[in-house]
Amino acid sequence: MPLRRKLADLLALLFAGAATLFGLTWLVWILWTTLSRGAAALSPALFTEMTPPPGSTGGLLNAFYGSAVMVLLALAIGTPVGIAAGTYLAEHGRHSRLAAAVSFINDILLSAPSIVIGLFVYELVVRPSGHFSGFAGALALAMILLPIVVRTTDESLRLVPNQMREAAFALGLPAWRVTSRIIYKAALSGIVTGILLGLARIAGETAPLLFTALNNQFWSASIAQPLANVPVVIFQYAMSPYDEWHALAWAGALVLTLFVLGLNLIVRFFARKGSQ
Amino acid sequence: MTSPSHAAPRSGAGADRLFGLVTAGAAWLVLILLGAAAASMAWGGRLAFETFGWSFVTSSDWDAVAGKFGALVPIYGTLVTSLLALIIAVPVSIGIALFLTDIAPRWLRGPVGMAIELLAAIPSIIYGMWGLFVFAPFMAAHVEPWLNDRLGPLPVVGALFTGPPIGIGLLTAGLVLGIMIIPFISAVARDVFNAVPTSLKEAAVALGSTRWEILSRVTLPYTRSAIIGAIFLGLGRALGETMAVTFVLGNAHDLSPSLLMPSNSIAAAIANEFAEADGELYRSSLIALAFLLFVVTFLVLTAARLMLMRLGRTHGRTS
Repeated sequence: MPLRRKLADLLALLFAGAATLFGLTWLVWILWTTLSRGAAALSPALFTEMTPPPGSTGGLLNAFYGSAVMVLLALAIGTPVGIAAGTYLAEHGRHSRLAAAVSFINDILLSAPSIVIGLFVYELVVRPSGHFSGFAGALALAMILLPIVVRTTDESLRLVPNQMREAAFALGLPAWRVTSRIIYKAALSGIVTGILLGLARIAGETAPLLFTALNNQFWSASIAQPLANVPVVIFQYAMSPYDEWHALAWAGALVLTLFVLGLNLIVRFFARKGSQ
Repeated sequence: MTSPSHAAPRSGAGADRLFGLVTAGAAWLVLILLGAAAASMAWGGRLAFETFGWSFVTSSDWDAVAGKFGALVPIYGTLVTSLLALIIAVPVSIGIALFLTDIAPRWLRGPVGMAIELLAAIPSIIYGMWGLFVFAPFMAAHVEPWLNDRLGPLPVVGALFTGPPIGIGLLTAGLVLGIMIIPFISAVARDVFNAVPTSLKEAAVALGSTRWEILSRVTLPYTRSAIIGAIFLGLGRALGETMAVTFVLGNAHDLSPSLLMPSNSIAAAIANEFAEADGELYRSSLIALAFLLFVVTFLVLTAARLMLMRLGRTHGRTS
C-alpha cells in the first residue's frame, strides 16, 4: 500500500478520535464547573427558604415548588394528547394522508425554537388575561412536551408485532380495546420512556417561561399568578451583579443538572435493559 | 387493524368511532398548533411590518426611545453565530459518527455514544451560565488576544478578529452553539452511517480500501442527502437557540464586522427585551422578529426532513 494512502487513513483515524475527545471535553468541563461551583453553594437553606432580595442569602424553595407544579401540570396536559396523537399515527390513521402530514409537522415542532412557543402562549393566554401566570407557563411546557410524546408513542407502538393485533382482532375485540388493553401494554415501557425523557427536557426549559410564568419573588401557590421557577430564577440571578445571587444560581443549576442527567441515565439504562 | 366495525358488529362500534375521533382530533391538534403559532406571530407582528416595511430587515437602527426598529443586527447575529456553529460542529460530528461506527472497539461505542447524547440533555441555561462565567473569561484570557495578535493584522480576514478581547461576542456564542448542536448532528450521522449496507463496505474492503477510503468513497456518497439533512437539523437548532446565546452575546445593537464584538440574535433580543418592552410598536417588532425566526427555522427543518426522507425512500428505510 502506498505511503500516501496509509497516511490519509491514519489522519482520518486520528481526526475521528480527536473529534470524539473534543466532544467529550466539553461535557466534562461543563459538568465539572456545575458540580464544583454548585456544591460550594449548596446548603440546607436551598430547600427551606424563599428566594432572597438582592444582596442577602436565602433558598429556592418557591422556585422548586413552582417548577414542580408547572412541570406536573404540563405532563397532565401534554401526555394524554400526545399519546392519543401518537396512537393515531401508528394505529388508527396509519397510511392515511393526515398521519403523514402530522408526522412531518411533529418532527418540525420537535426542533422548533422554544422561545417562539413562549411568545405564542403569551399572545394566546397572557395578553388576553392581562397577567402572567403559572398556568400559561405550564401550557407552554406542554406544547414543548407534546411532540416528544407523539414521536416516542408512535415509535413504540410500531414496534409491537402485527401478530398481536391480528390475534386480538381474531378474538373479536373492537379496535379501541385492542389498542387500549393489548397494544398499550406491549408498548408501555417505550411510552413511559418517552414521557420521562420529555419530563427531563421541559424541566430545564427557560425560554418559554420568560413571558408566561415570569417569576415570583414571593411564595405563591396559585397557578393563576406569576410563578417562581428554577430556570428563570437561575437566568435572572446569573445575569445579576450580586455574588449571593450567583451562588444561588449555581446551586440551582447543580440541582437541575443532576435531576435532568440523572433522569436521562436511569431511563436509558432501563430502556436498554428492556430491549435485551 | 383498519375498519374494525364489521369485525365487531354488536359491541363497541360507537366506542370505536369515539376512540378514532379522539385520536384523530389529537393528531389534528399538532397541525393546528403549528399553524396557530405561525398565524399568531404574523398577527402580532403586523404592526411592525406595516410601519417599517422592508426597512425592518434592512435597517440596523434599533432605538426603543425614538420608536425605530430595524432588525438587521439581530438577523446578522443569528446568521453569523449559526454559521460559526456549523463550521465547528459539522466536521466534529462526522468525526464522532465515524469513530462510533467504524473505529471504536465495540465495548466503547455504547458509553461514548451515550456521553455525547448527554450533551444534548444538558439544559441550555447551564450552557449559558458556563459560557458566561467560565468559557467567556477563558476566551478573553487565552484565545482572543492570540487571535488579535496573529490574525488581526492580516489584510481581509483581519477585520474579523480585531477589537477588544472581552470574551463576550459573536465568536464565543458561535462556539457555544457549535458545542450544543454536535450531539444532534452526530446522532443522526451515526444512525445513517450504520444504515449503509454492510455488503457495500465489505466490497470496498475486498478491493483493498482503507477506512478513510471507505468513508470518503462509499459511506459519505451513499449517505450524502441524509448528512445534509442532519446538518440542516443542527442549523435549525442553532438558529432558534435562546438561552445559551443570550448569556454570551452581549445584547448590543451595533453592527460590526468583528467576531469579537458583542452583538445580538433574534432569540436573544426577544429574551432580553420582550418582558420590558412597553408600547405596542416595540412589542410588535419583537413578535415580528419571532415570526421571521419561525419561518426560517420551519424552512430549514423542512429541508432537513425531506433530505432525511430521501435516504429512507430510496433504500426502503424510514428515518
